[in-house]
Amino acid sequence: MICEKCDKKNATVHFTKIIHGKKTEWHLCESCAREKGELERPFGGGFPLHQFFSEMMGFMPGGSSDKLLPQAQTGVQCSCCGLTYAQFGQIGRFGCENCYEAFAKCLPALFRKLHGSQKHRGKIPLRTDKGVKLRKDIALLREELQRKIAEEAFEEAAALRDRIKKLEKEREAGGAAGEGKG
Amino acid sequence: MKEKDERWIPERDPSMGEHTQAGCENRRLEKICSKFLEGTGPEADVVISSRVRLARNIRDHLFPPLASNLQRKNILQLCREILQEEEEQFSRFQFLELDSISGVFKQVLVEKHLISPLMARENVCSALCLREDETLGIMINEEDHIHIQCMLPGLQLEQAWQEASLLDDCLENQASYAFHEELGYLTACPTTVGTGLRASVMLHLPALVITRQINRILFALNKVGLVLQGIYGESTDFTGNLFQVSNQITLGQSEDEIWQNLYGVTRQLINQEKKAREHLLNEGRERLDDRSGRALGVMRYARVLGVQEVMQLISDVRLGLDLGLVRDISAGTLNKLLALTQPGCLQYLKGRELSAYEQDLERAAQVQKFLDC
Repeated sequence: MICEKCDKKNATVHFTKIIHGKKTEWHLCESCAREKGELERPFGGGFPLHQFFSEMMGFMPGGSSDKLLPQAQTGVQCSCCGLTYAQFGQIGRFGCENCYEAFAKCLPALFRKLHGSQKHRGKIPLRTDKGVKLRKDIALLREELQRKIAEEAFEEAAALRDRIKKLEKEREAGGAAGEGKG
Repeated sequence: MKEKDERWIPERDPSMGEHTQAGCENRRLEKICSKFLEGTGPEADVVISSRVRLARNIRDHLFPPLASNLQRKNILQLCREILQEEEEQFSRFQFLELDSISGVFKQVLVEKHLISPLMARENVCSALCLREDETLGIMINEEDHIHIQCMLPGLQLEQAWQEASLLDDCLENQASYAFHEELGYLTACPTTVGTGLRASVMLHLPALVITRQINRILFALNKVGLVLQGIYGESTDFTGNLFQVSNQITLGQSEDEIWQNLYGVTRQLINQEKKAREHLLNEGRERLDDRSGRALGVMRYARVLGVQEVMQLISDVRLGLDLGLVRDISAGTLNKLLALTQPGCLQYLKGRELSAYEQDLERAAQVQKFLDC
């Protein structure tokens, strides 16, 4: 059987579509079927993540219901890359690091939904301002100190307190940042 | 860093024209069946591989999804310079620009989990910098400027994290990352901000599928902040009883907490799977023996094999092998067959595009050839 579309190659893809009760049969070659999108996996080959949080953020795909977000927020635009919050809602991606500042008002709720948190607790780049690193270390140690006190592990708590004091002294002495590519 | 190593010259390699067809196929086969697949790591009878990916962006440059071609080119150049500065560290790495390779070879890289499906589709000025042993790599201009990936056989999450983190430190000697004091590493996607760490394990869970316990377990995984996918990323195609479990949360947990959480859950899944295997053995050893024997029979004698069918057969044989019911075949052979029988690898091996039917024929032929060796 010859492909119904290009009339050249052998038809190797055969399928039947029933739309509103009307049945149509197709016999296509592989390349025509691919062009027609009939060789895609069912459900489009994956779950579109951006659609997921477009909906999560109150946008609907297609951008027709931007009204779901307060007007004042959808229009917010990143001064660096030009991405608006409405566009961010549609593509689900930030355009640059500055977007995080530009959309700062809208993001805490999104991060809480996605991660259950809004605060980084992990690795810090080596060349980050030493003061930032010390502040983060001290904050983490304080959390740990509270836990130890609650557990009534006073010896460990005392050791933690001493470490915090030492780091605070270091912070007061000040730290320097490095320079690199970028 | 090697610019063009012959291992990575794709099928356009003019020198290949002088060789015989069989010679070319052997060389391509070597590229597909890399040493990594022979590896057996801890808990290899359930955990196929462990993977850690770190997402990083360079300060003051637009993220790839919004960057123009020229801006992407600049990032690529910047990354090249960074790698060249750290030459000693990258002497065993190869640099592969994706613009310069064929679609089929990109598919091979996706099937071997060395690049993401996204990168195979949208790859203007994208590159892969890969260590010879293929366990450590850097994807440039994927969704973020830099994705560092470490993939090791078996359950080795801690080692994978440490290796990726060391490479991260090394890049950071030269690059200033986009980093925010409160939010951590800034990434293009809000789902990876913070640590930028995605840790995952690829698991073979046939007994949990046969005993129909898998759905209950999948439901429980979501409750502990983990997500389950098929082995090729954002899909739920669990062919071959292969599952990929990864962390969902990247903000608010430290890297150690993230991999340890996944490690703990993986340990539980291993225990559950082993219990289910034991249960199946007690219920009817012969039935399992029959299952893997039949699978091996089909693999040896079938003339037309679909990709999903062969993945299921490999799963059945692997279960038999792990339970001591099948001998004369190694886990490494099954890993290689799993890679070799994917559509991209088969077409790359033959050096041309194959229709779906031709692929099925070639798949069956390759499986037999492999099992006869």
